[in-house]
Amino acid sequence: MNARISHIAANTFREAVRDRVLYNLIAFALLLVGAAILVGQISIDIERLVVINLGLTAVSLFGMLIAIFIGIGLVSKEIEKRTLYTMLSRPVRRWEFIIGKFFGLAGTLVVNTFFMAIGVFAALLYVSHHLQRPDAWLLVALYFIILQLLMITAIALLFSSFSSPLLSAVFAFSLFVIGSFAEDLRGFAAMTKGLTHWVAGSAAYLVPNFSALNVISSVAHGEAVSRQLVFYNSAYALFYAALALCGAVLIFERRDLK
Amino acid sequence: MPAIEILGLQKTYWVGFWRKRAKRALRPFHLAVEEGEIFGFLGPNGAGKTTTLKLLMGLVFPTAGSARILGMDANDPRVKAQIGFLPEQPYFYDYLTARELLEYYGQLSGVAAKDRAKKVEAMLQRVGLPDAGDIQLRKFSKGMLQRVGIAQAILHDPKVVFLDEPMSGLDPMGRREVRDLIEQLKKEGKTVFFSTHILSDAEALCDRVAIIHLGELRSVGVVADLTASMQGKVELIWRSAMVPASIRALGAECHITGDTVRAVLAENKQDAAIDALRLEKLRLVSVTPVRATLEDYFLQNLGTENAPAEVMA
Repeated sequence: MNARISHIAANTFREAVRDRVLYNLIAFALLLVGAAILVGQISIDIERLVVINLGLTAVSLFGMLIAIFIGIGLVSKEIEKRTLYTMLSRPVRRWEFIIGKFFGLAGTLVVNTFFMAIGVFAALLYVSHHLQRPDAWLLVALYFIILQLLMITAIALLFSSFSSPLLSAVFAFSLFVIGSFAEDLRGFAAMTKGLTHWVAGSAAYLVPNFSALNVISSVAHGEAVSRQLVFYNSAYALFYAALALCGAVLIFERRDLK
Repeated sequence: MPAIEILGLQKTYWVGFWRKRAKRALRPFHLAVEEGEIFGFLGPNGAGKTTTLKLLMGLVFPTAGSARILGMDANDPRVKAQIGFLPEQPYFYDYLTARELLEYYGQLSGVAAKDRAKKVEAMLQRVGLPDAGDIQLRKFSKGMLQRVGIAQAILHDPKVVFLDEPMSGLDPMGRREVRDLIEQLKKEGKTVFFSTHILSDAEALCDRVAIIHLGELRSVGVVADLTASMQGKVELIWRSAMVPASIRALGAECHITGDTVRAVLAENKQDAAIDALRLEKLRLVSVTPVRATLEDYFLQNLGTENAPAEVMA
């Protein structure tokens, strides 16, 4: 990575850390452990299932919220507060700024996910007193969550490059919700005909397919995740994120900073 | 080779919901600033000073024309490494300390890692913040932020420094220090291009000035040459507690203090005024030419013009 991108990424990470986002999540992880104790007391035989489902869904949801709410401000806040003026009057290219911001937030989200994952494993350990071999699949589910976070970060950055923070949040959150039901949308497209088929089909393939990246339920049941799925999901998520980033760069390269 | 060369630069913003209305921020103009000059870019608020600086910094894109800095295109990254920029009312990452901010900007400007810490310390010292390096910028006053802004603009030893309203927000002591700093930059051989609407600053510092108004370049030159073109005035002082009607008839501005009258009037009315005083048998104390200031120049040339209307496409 070029030096300027890594400096911008490091500063973005530092900003997020000092915004106390990480501390909120550590608090969340502790809360999760507490919730697991409660769940362990009220559910018989399915404590593990509930803890994994609850824990990983919370990791995904909290990560998404952070990705969206920090991501939408990455560019627009810098324009609004005019911190970009002193940045772009240096030998920093606009695309380097966007990529640096992306890596900075991505790094923050990976660290967050790491801490929250510790919370999930701690809760699991508490309810079942020992970890089992199939619990290793939780790591794959967490990896898929990180892939989802990379995609939504790139999408939030794309919106942030041309829109206000409020609109960006609405767009990014809508895409997150629609993307979570992407498989259903594809199923709906398959059942329709004519213009509806065309519109629903296009929408289904345009929106990020978060449902394909959601294996929480299957790993909670101890089911294995195929290598093929890991490969396809990785390629898909990275390609989608790269595409959204290219869009953000293309827009930002032409934007007047009034 | 000029340090800064503006070649027909112009900027029109498209405004309104459908972006149909054109708002002309800057009419095409040419300008050359020589190396080692302190050049003042003057104009009232909304004249187009900041737009010009943003165009030079590549923050907005010109509708037409181009700009060259140190002989290269203004957007060339090699140019960016050799320029420093202080925006108007600067705002920085307030979660950083002054030292961290300067370190960060040093990294982005390509200051070698081995020199960086030393340069940052020297710069904090130079702008009068030697003890504030470890304080977060959110706790800084406006004047302190302005000093940090100047520090980040000159940290990497640029050849050309652009300052947008560098004295704004500073107390008289701070303004004096910034003036000294700009003069010091000139002594170091740097070119300083600064915008201001505080005319006394420009008068005190600039080798040459350009005056811009309503997005249009009005004049360029040495301050003395610009003001020399104005009609001269003289100041007459005489002993009396009253002003004869014949003097008032000459259009004099009179101020009475005790038994002394001070009158300022057009230079070509001087002889008539002296004759009137003799006729009234009043004792003339002094006759002094009044040097026209940039402020007079502004009031005479730009004072009556209104803000521009938006241009319909």
